[in-house]
Amino acid sequence: MGDVLGIVLKRLGLGLITLLVISILIFFAVELLPGDIAEAVLGQGATAENLKAMREQMGLNEPAIVRYLEWLWGAVRGDFGVSLISQRSVADTIGPRFAATLFLACYAAVIAVPVAITLGIIVALLRDSVFDRVANVLTLTSISSPEFFLGYVLVLYLAVKNPLFPALANVNFQDVGTFELYYKTFLPALTMVLVVVAHMMRMTRASIINLLASPYIEMARLKGTPAWKVIVKHALPNAWAPIINVVALNLAYLITGVVLVEVVFVYPGIGQLLVDSVTKRDFPVVQACCLIFAATFILLNLAADVGAILTNPRLRHPK
Amino acid sequence: MADEKKDLLLKIRDLRIEGYSDEKWLEIVHGVDLTLHKGEVMGLIGESGAGKSTIGLAAMGFARDGCRISGGSIEFDGMELTTTSESDRRALRGSRIAYVAQSAAASFNPAHKIIDQHTEAPIHYRIRKRLEAQEDAMELYERLRLPNPQEIGFRYPHQVSGGQLQRAMTAMAMACRPDLIIFDEPTTALDVTTQIEVLAAIRDIVEQFNTAAIYITHDLAVVAQMADTIKVLLKGNEVEEADTETMLKSPKEDYTKSLWAVRSFKRPQKSRPGGDAVPVVSVENVDAAYGDTKVLSNVSFDVYAGMTVAVVGESGSGKSTTARCITGLLPPTSGKILMNGVDMPPSYKDRTKEELRKAQMIYQMADTALNPKVRICDIIGRPAQFYMGLRGAALKSRVDELLDLIELEPSKYYNRYPPELSGGQKQRIGIARALAADPTFIICDEVTSALDQLVAEGILKLLDRLQKELNLAYMFITHDLATVRSIADEVVVMKQGEVVEAGPKNEMFTPPHHPYTDLLLSSVPEMDPNWLTTVLEERGVDNIGEAATV
Repeated sequence: MGDVLGIVLKRLGLGLITLLVISILIFFAVELLPGDIAEAVLGQGATAENLKAMREQMGLNEPAIVRYLEWLWGAVRGDFGVSLISQRSVADTIGPRFAATLFLACYAAVIAVPVAITLGIIVALLRDSVFDRVANVLTLTSISSPEFFLGYVLVLYLAVKNPLFPALANVNFQDVGTFELYYKTFLPALTMVLVVVAHMMRMTRASIINLLASPYIEMARLKGTPAWKVIVKHALPNAWAPIINVVALNLAYLITGVVLVEVVFVYPGIGQLLVDSVTKRDFPVVQACCLIFAATFILLNLAADVGAILTNPRLRHPK
Repeated sequence: MADEKKDLLLKIRDLRIEGYSDEKWLEIVHGVDLTLHKGEVMGLIGESGAGKSTIGLAAMGFARDGCRISGGSIEFDGMELTTTSESDRRALRGSRIAYVAQSAAASFNPAHKIIDQHTEAPIHYRIRKRLEAQEDAMELYERLRLPNPQEIGFRYPHQVSGGQLQRAMTAMAMACRPDLIIFDEPTTALDVTTQIEVLAAIRDIVEQFNTAAIYITHDLAVVAQMADTIKVLLKGNEVEEADTETMLKSPKEDYTKSLWAVRSFKRPQKSRPGGDAVPVVSVENVDAAYGDTKVLSNVSFDVYAGMTVAVVGESGSGKSTTARCITGLLPPTSGKILMNGVDMPPSYKDRTKEELRKAQMIYQMADTALNPKVRICDIIGRPAQFYMGLRGAALKSRVDELLDLIELEPSKYYNRYPPELSGGQKQRIGIARALAADPTFIICDEVTSALDQLVAEGILKLLDRLQKELNLAYMFITHDLATVRSIADEVVVMKQGEVVEAGPKNEMFTPPHHPYTDLLLSSVPEMDPNWLTTVLEERGVDNIGEAATV
């Protein structure tokens, strides 16, 4: 197990370097946008004098590299600066929004992952049957429709024509009860489930079917093991590594790819905040959001690698 | 054993099996009959493609994906397997008919402990409860002379050696005390010294429980030890069947006789050139390591022009590692590699093109050593172009010449791709590719072990002819002592990275031997059906266990 710990530490170190590179990219990408923060803040009232004073005050006359280092130094200590719009600290602005997005992601993941893996096992068992083909077509359809479109279709059928769920999910976390919360956020969660299930299900199916030609699968069949048990007990434990990788990638997508879904359902998550901040040129918030997304990807991929190692018996039980 | 009439167990009549290829069904087994009584062992023998495994699996009412049983009847203990339901057929598998596969390492599930795989069938069929089944497994492990029978089952397959796994798999087949076991080449992947233990263990346990068995192999000497009757198959047809004694002494059919005569190829032993002849390759006190693990220590031997040095030993003894040192793929940690008396740089990266050209390799698996997407003319032409700078018409005539040398019609094979060729033809292409560099020294790494015996003999004859014509020096890596006997001039015996004995072939094959050489030599199965019994008696049962741990 010492090896695993070593690998984790090494990957964490690499992750930090990746994050640093990304922070540079984000900072200078924002620099490339036309206009600067002072112009954005002052908007119509941007006279030359005002601009000069504002730039002086915000330290914008310093070279970009110095400002980057200052920003980085702040970010390392958890201080991402101050939102230009609300004048509140970026951490306070993002905190509740990120928590809301995490809640929605977990809600969707708790439904999507078990459903995807169970469906994957079933279609692997019934491969080339009608059920397999229908599932194939349906999942391909959902995977190839944009998520905002899926969202609107769900709103049309489950909120407008059959008013089962509310079309808007603009919940206020302090004011709603637990049940109401799940009820109000069901449609955005369902949209995201539909988007990610297909990918995970198809990978589960593929990696199980990949193993069915192995001699140990033939051996299990020749021991009289029933077909479902051959798949669940003999194929699945050896198929985890690719499945875990796809699951992690999709979990990351649930957090970082929700922008459009949040906008469609007016859900107060980090995606909507990002969209608002970009339109309003609230650069400190944009930078912090991007950094959080990057960190999410890195951490989930690391978790997937560790998971893949932990499911490999050769690594878990060395000679 | 076989002569007394016992109860009928398995009756196969006019069995036909089809395989799906190129979008149509082709018959691969053409009406085979097979009759087996309780407690009887039948050997099925033939080259690859003879349909041995397919027939063995059909006896379980099983056809691999892409195959189907298309005709005939399979009657097991009064039950007709071709017409019963799949669930009834499945209920026989593991309980009344068990299977032992060729590679235990691949046939045990890497994700589960050995004992959990062992107890799966008895628990599933409610023959034993978990704890009882585990107790029973340990008892079987003990009977099969596995070390630490109480503990070994709780390991994962990758934590146990190949020979031990093969015995554990035999134990697993016994878990429900089946009436019939199909052994599908159970010792083919093992070293001779390990094979002998597994053979002894299988024979003992089959006798103890009076289990009937179908023993599938391509090795005649092995089947002679195990079977009461032998059936010879060729391309899905039965050639002949007789009891073992008769089959060995007086086979009727020409094909059987040709199988029996395979090991007849032998060439006279050459001795080293006298005077101050310089060896083509000298390995001097070479040590090598993979990372921190030392794998070779103080290996030395010489190879002279026109001679064949066979390097023998079990897997893991350092044979292929030595070859990697000579070619510079693995730079030795100390010692020297000399070619024609000239010191070679340790790594291939530092060697000149001319130095690289002189030493070429032929690999065991021609399948993986040839790029399936490249035409034969390019596979052979590439080294000729790279080392000799040949282009255009000169290159084409060189490739034609090389194809002639390996006895393949140039006009027919020039533009073909490796997957269109048979195993023996692919190995010939491998040889031609080595020859294209016009080398003085060729390393043959187990070049015949993946081939059928008749095909292998053709390759050995070809290599011998090429050696005479081109005055080549061969380093012949093998674990097969019969091959050594037929083609080697000198023999180097390796064990755990060291040379234990070396010398001219005739000396090596006449006593006194080094104890390890003796163990290797005496482990090679002979055609005499009493060979196994005799060897086991000579060694004493305890010695076998020791041989396993050496």
